[in-house]
Amino acid sequence: MSEPLLAVNDVSVTFNVMRHGAWPWTPPAKLQAVKEASITLEPGKTLGLVGESGSGKSTLARAIVGTVPVSAGQVLWRGEDIMAMSPAKRRAHGRHVQMVFQDPLAALNPRMTVGQVVAEPLVTHYPDLSKTEVRDKVGAMMERVGLLPALINRYPHEFSGGQCQRIGIARALITEPELVVCDEPVSALDVSVQAQVVNLLQDLQREMDLSLLFIAHDLSVVRHISHRIAVMYLGRIVEAASAADLIANPRHPYTKALIASVPIPSPKAERARHRPVLEGELPSPLAPPSGCVFRTRCPIARPGCAAEIPTVADIGDNHIVACPYHAEAGDPAAQQDLENTPM
Amino acid sequence: MALLDVTDLSVSFDTPDGKVHAVNGMNLSLDAGDSLAIVGESGSGKTQLAFAILGLLAKNGHARGSVRFQDQEILNLPEAKINKIRANEIAMIFQDPMTSLNPYMRVGDQMAEVLMLHKGTSKRAALDESAKMLDAVRIPDARSRLRMYPHEFSGGMRQRIMAAMALLCRPKLLIADEPTTALDVTVQNQIMELMADIQRDFGTALILITHDLAIVAGACAETLVMYGGQVMEIGTTDDVFEAPSHPYTLGLLNAVPRLDIPQASLQTIPGDPPDLTALPPGCPFSPRCPARHEPCALSMPPLEGFGDGRFRACHAAREDIA
Repeated sequence: MSEPLLAVNDVSVTFNVMRHGAWPWTPPAKLQAVKEASITLEPGKTLGLVGESGSGKSTLARAIVGTVPVSAGQVLWRGEDIMAMSPAKRRAHGRHVQMVFQDPLAALNPRMTVGQVVAEPLVTHYPDLSKTEVRDKVGAMMERVGLLPALINRYPHEFSGGQCQRIGIARALITEPELVVCDEPVSALDVSVQAQVVNLLQDLQREMDLSLLFIAHDLSVVRHISHRIAVMYLGRIVEAASAADLIANPRHPYTKALIASVPIPSPKAERARHRPVLEGELPSPLAPPSGCVFRTRCPIARPGCAAEIPTVADIGDNHIVACPYHAEAGDPAAQQDLENTPM
Repeated sequence: MALLDVTDLSVSFDTPDGKVHAVNGMNLSLDAGDSLAIVGESGSGKTQLAFAILGLLAKNGHARGSVRFQDQEILNLPEAKINKIRANEIAMIFQDPMTSLNPYMRVGDQMAEVLMLHKGTSKRAALDESAKMLDAVRIPDARSRLRMYPHEFSGGMRQRIMAAMALLCRPKLLIADEPTTALDVTVQNQIMELMADIQRDFGTALILITHDLAIVAGACAETLVMYGGQVMEIGTTDDVFEAPSHPYTLGLLNAVPRLDIPQASLQTIPGDPPDLTALPPGCPFSPRCPARHEPCALSMPPLEGFGDGRFRACHAAREDIA
């Protein structure tokens, strides 16, 4: 295994929120958005992050980029803690990590031309570049992402959603970063355009040896683009493995439920699909369940699950899972038996 | 007799940028209890088609053609008359459940209002019926939920409330416009199960409008593929998915990443969805079509049947689509 580009060690992110109707002097409640999450990213690889909304995937991404403060744990960039960097160093570090956002139009300043939008990170991080150099680089990058350089003086509203996302990608790549964090980059796009953007990201990754952190709630897209996938639930990483292994051999009951929920665009496969509906919704992160956070919706929950927080176990091949009953969860027959035994 | 018969329906909007042709000569028919999926990308005119049927077009919109519901012409009916059909006969579930519920009204009041207005029920009876309906869409503790406001519910719950509200008057046709787009897969799964239950328990015909081919596969008996406000292809869902007869359908199916089959790279449809102010003279899909040849840019191919209730509008030979 090569040296990780980025290592996230036991990172927690806690937000202070005022309860509804509380007096200004009452202490705020603690919202655990991310709890003791650990991931590593290797150069040139893609890590997919999946989970329902509210699972903390965007917050974890923002902690990595450094836009939300980490309350515990470390984010190591090539072994160096980004939280401990001096302000000047942090600023310089910014050119290595860039971000692509979900809503392509909202992520672009409506009063800046596309050329200005794409040039901005370059001008910020490399102030010594001459105007011609900037113009050449911006033109080349626009061409690379499939936009005509002649459109450089147009405004974002003149472009379609897919084109706006290409502009967002051009802006992220102009500083030649090593890591691009993509937060739901294709979920607002039509399927045909989604495929274009996914292919573009894969091509760029190969060409520029990029690492991608790809966040999406659509497991099929994540499966397609990722080398490794981490599944989050209520701020915790409950399972992580190589993409093929995770889909073929899920061990955590949540991962299984998530995979089973994905519809398949084939009527025959759809009829054959066993549809265990995962009941209910994510519990409030202000008052997470004790013990295993998934136990309130878990089909194989046992009384012991309420008492102990499951430890993360490596079950081989760097496949990690946070469920003590993962052996049963991997075997449908055992799961049947469990459902039949009275608790 | 078909429950709903749409013939040669066109919808256009007058805008400062010119006339927007959202729907161009649509034909479709639906029998009682049937389920039809209308599939297309944004800008294909699928939502405006539904709005035209229900008389919900914006002020600058014009609808031409014919929409017959239970053998009665309902297109361009005066507001008072179409209002008798809305909710009573045809109900709609909108895409965004947060913006379609009134944030200032308790859920119970909003639901009761439907029955009081359309059926003349007393408030007490209307609230009772609303509680029953919330129970039917599996909202736990329905009685006490009536007193809550929309913001107190999660996205999935709000969509259930929308469904319950739409079903209050026992409509014969339910139009669901992207009911799961804003939801997580697990919740999407719950809502699609609910749609299936509604169809079974209430015998309601369903038109499901979506861009997501994957949810169509398990939900609807028939599928209609739309592009540039026109029908590209209609058939049973099995046929359309197994043997697409139109290059656009094929392109859509190939562009979807699949969890069950690993793909090296996704096939794309080049270009962007059409500009409805300046549609090409021939087939609207021709600028993006891989099977394009000369006649495509000149004339729109007619919708032709080729057996087993399948129709397609394409100049290219069926054998060439693969």
